[in-house]
Amino acid sequence: MSEIEKGARVPVQLVLNGTAHTGFAESRMLLSDFLREVLGATDVHVGCEHGVCGCCTVLIDGVAARSCLTLAVQAEATTIETASSLASADGELNHLQAAFRKHHALQCGFCTPGILMSLTDLLRREPEPTRERVVDVVSGHLCRCTGYSGIIDAAMDAVNAGSPKT
Amino acid sequence: MKPRPFTYVRPHSVAEAVAALSRHGESARILAGGQSLVAMLNLRLVEASAIIDISRLTELSNMRVVGNALEVGAAVTQNRLLTWPDLAKRLPLLAVALPNVGHFQTRNRGTVCGSIAHADPSSEIPLSLAMLGGEVVLASPRGTRTLKAQEFQTGVLSTSRAPDEMIIAGRFPLDKSRTAAFREVSRRQGDFAIVAIGAYLKDADTICLGIGGAADRPFVTDIALGKPVTDQIEDIVWQLGGHEDIHATPHMRRDLVRRLAPIVIEEARA
Ligand code: FES
Ligand code: FES
Repeated sequence: MSEIEKGARVPVQLVLNGTAHTGFAESRMLLSDFLREVLGATDVHVGCEHGVCGCCTVLIDGVAARSCLTLAVQAEATTIETASSLASADGELNHLQAAFRKHHALQCGFCTPGILMSLTDLLRREPEPTRERVVDVVSGHLCRCTGYSGIIDAAMDAVNAGSPKT
Repeated sequence: MKPRPFTYVRPHSVAEAVAALSRHGESARILAGGQSLVAMLNLRLVEASAIIDISRLTELSNMRVVGNALEVGAAVTQNRLLTWPDLAKRLPLLAVALPNVGHFQTRNRGTVCGSIAHADPSSEIPLSLAMLGGEVVLASPRGTRTLKAQEFQTGVLSTSRAPDEMIIAGRFPLDKSRTAAFREVSRRQGDFAIVAIGAYLKDADTICLGIGGAADRPFVTDIALGKPVTDQIEDIVWQLGGHEDIHATPHMRRDLVRRLAPIVIEEARA
């Protein structure tokens, strides 16, 4: 059994977007705060901190999850992917991102990183989802700007263009 | 909002988890998927001196058919149950109810048993478990015991779990029906149900009807197909106890049940 005392700071090791990292966290630190504040991954956005908005969605071992509902210490030895892993090193957008640009699927962009990661998980698992299925997955996110139709159109466009490179 | 400080425990077996639960006393909490618990910790609605994380216990990560039931370990996520190959055939009620549980993203981590333990009256999994006559398996220093779903959930967010007990599995009876129907009304897709209704055909002239969100716990009853359905539903709506919150008045809930139940019953017969 391993135990982390109240208030103690312990090292947390994980792989973020292909690079191994170690940072220190208290048991009560949320993964969202750990990624942003300790590892500097500010592409993880934090909206509500209680699992409603979906802005903080990242892939934990390949599976989309809300990082505000996960403790940093739970992410020990996991692989995390965030939105900045999607474009290639020289900044070329992947299919999904390019489709977002084409369909005006973002305005302020606050919700975008989370939605991109949810759709990335979906398209890897189900490369040809129906529009209905895409709507269902996007319903796990709040977007205050777009009215969602651009987001759905972009996702369907990415489906037709082939799933995003992984 | 951030949780208050707590001690984090990662046991390596159920025995260690049970021991940690006894040692840390009443304000210790079991963390499985955390999709309700961590939200409540963040909002400081729940105070925990210790968090015991069972999410990685391989002992609890199994789904297996035991006798005529599917036993789902306490670390199995909702999305994993949703992809059980025989789900539509052998547990058609869960096949239609589970897609309503939270969102794709929360089902990836949220567990089946965590939802049972949380005992939200509007929650789909406890409702389905009650409708199927399922069971909850609990472990404590005294050994294990098995409770019927209806004995387990005693009210709003309350259960007959003793403070030193943890759920290790839920058992869903298989092959109760070939088809089932489930619908709910919520403000937004994936939100908590204001009213959730499930139904399946028990035999040629009986429907098992389950209602969530309208009382302090799942309400399960039989509907005789030989008699007028609307009369029976009218009797039922007055037995629900009139649950009131910011989302709906008791009047609205009764009305939703009156309108939705006949639709769901019709779908379950088809
Ligand atoms: S910040 Fe995590 S869901 Fe809103
Ligand atoms: S683009 Fe502004 S919230 Fe979605």
